[in-house]
Amino acid sequence: MSKRIEAKNLDIYYGKFKAVEDVSMVIEPRAVTAFIGPSGCGKSTFLRSLNRMHEVINGAYVEGELLLDGHDLYGPGVDPVNVRRQIGMVFQRPNPFPTMSIKENVLAGLRLNNKRMPGREQDEVCEKALRGANLWEEVKNRLDLPGSGLSGGQQQRLCIARAIAMAPDVLLMDEPCSALDPISTLAIEDLIQELKANYTIVIVTHNMQQAARVSDSTAFFNIAGTGAPGKLIEMGPTEQIFSTPEKQETENYITGRFG
Amino acid sequence: MSTATAPRQSAQAPVDNPLTAGQLPSWVTIAVGVAALAVSALVFTLLDTGGIALIVVGAVVLFLVVMHIISLAVEGSRRAVDRLAKHVVVTMFLLALLPLISVTWTALSHGINRLDPEFFTYSMRNVVGAGGGAAHAVWGTLIITGIATLISVPIGLLTAVYLAEYGRGALARSITFFVDVMTGIPSIVAGLFAYALFTLVFGPGTINGIAGAVALSVLMIPVVVRSTEELLRIVPNELREASYALGVPKWKTIMRIVIPTAVSGIVAGVILALARIMGETAPLMIAAGFTQSMNTNPFSGQMMTLPVFVFDSYARPGIPREPFWDRAWTGSLTLILIVMLLNLAGRFIAKRFAPKTGRK
Repeated sequence: MSKRIEAKNLDIYYGKFKAVEDVSMVIEPRAVTAFIGPSGCGKSTFLRSLNRMHEVINGAYVEGELLLDGHDLYGPGVDPVNVRRQIGMVFQRPNPFPTMSIKENVLAGLRLNNKRMPGREQDEVCEKALRGANLWEEVKNRLDLPGSGLSGGQQQRLCIARAIAMAPDVLLMDEPCSALDPISTLAIEDLIQELKANYTIVIVTHNMQQAARVSDSTAFFNIAGTGAPGKLIEMGPTEQIFSTPEKQETENYITGRFG
Repeated sequence: MSTATAPRQSAQAPVDNPLTAGQLPSWVTIAVGVAALAVSALVFTLLDTGGIALIVVGAVVLFLVVMHIISLAVEGSRRAVDRLAKHVVVTMFLLALLPLISVTWTALSHGINRLDPEFFTYSMRNVVGAGGGAAHAVWGTLIITGIATLISVPIGLLTAVYLAEYGRGALARSITFFVDVMTGIPSIVAGLFAYALFTLVFGPGTINGIAGAVALSVLMIPVVVRSTEELLRIVPNELREASYALGVPKWKTIMRIVIPTAVSGIVAGVILALARIMGETAPLMIAAGFTQSMNTNPFSGQMMTLPVFVFDSYARPGIPREPFWDRAWTGSLTLILIVMLLNLAGRFIAKRFAPKTGRK
């Protein structure tokens, strides 16, 4: 269920602009990998390239190799839609579909992809996904009410439930807690710890304490200056990155002596 | 001026609180208004000129000036300007409301005479004087605008989807440009276009309901395209991304996420466009023609519509004229009622399909 991602000399472009340069890394399955770094350093771009979401922007492309369990995600004939069905994503701001109820939101991925299933099975999938996202107890009595009526933290967990209902191999999270209060953040961090057992999780965060709390390994991205491409500076086990980083740049960022 | 009210002692601020400022009690506004009206009436009556309209205009100007001066004296310049702006806004609002009320009242008072069952069940076939009705015109309007909607909505909606979701570069720009040009086409040109088109294809003198519907859809398509495109553009990109991230293909994202999110606005836009074309007269006179008889077959024969019926009854009445003019008024009233019903239906649909928000 959970798969390994390997990037080899990956460059990411938006038209002529090179946004990320020469990233090579291995993202281990059944573990949480955190990307940290200053704004504009390309960590979100790199994350979005992992399920080809950056292609939504016109003129975006990559050079280099990106392998999911050895299969090239950017190989000839690869359909981005198939990639996204296996690599789910949770965004910075909660974005439940406003026209759908809570239950319809959870099942949106399955329904929109033409999976036909009997009502009982739908209920089971819905309950499993909501339990997986720690939301079941809060919403079980109002599954038919609109998803936009939930609180911000609940909406974000609803989006996680929606992503895991598709049973993806990998779950990408782009600053999932940055719009949430500390209690909702805690709930989502706990959830990430539980999800780790079954999924490969990659999380982008600006909160270094969060990276230290939830991740097994950490990658630090940085940017040389405005207009320069972002680069992977250092990657390693989280404990090592936060205690004895190899590069001075990393230490400066982590200790707040940046720039 | 008799209206000059001295600053009140009660409006004076207590000495100890530096945050207070002079305030006019609310009755001053009313008093100044009444006084201004009285003075204006007196002056114009003494001068022996003007009617009610001039008196009202004089009163309004007087009121604005006097209120501003009083407020300036008591409340200071910021509050005075604030009051002046508020009073100008209210005046303009009433001014804008005036023609609306006047039109509604005129149509209602003249049209009510013939607002009877006969009007909606009889055509004008073999009617020379009183009696008769506009059943043929009501049916004609409903059929022709219905067909125009059936033509315009798919074309308009799909064009808007192309522009908002797919269109890039020169093609999209030129489509946008030509849609804008289409918006500015005079309606009579649309009628001539439809007439010429049907003459080319089906031979000279082909005047029927479909030709009228084509003329109206030329007018309706650009309105639908523009309103739908705007609404599709304001659907947040996050929803599209959320859908893509679930592995949903683009066309299905548009069909199932983007359009449903915007559907209430799209429906409202279509209804507005429909209401707009329903009152078109010129293109229908050319393309759909005149008739006194009921014709429900849009593919053959001339077809009457309400605006043309109104024009025809008014401009070419028989003798005596009064029954024709009565029918013209009732025809206009019926048109207003149909458009109003459509608007209400549109609101209902919009509310029914609007994205569900709020808790519980």
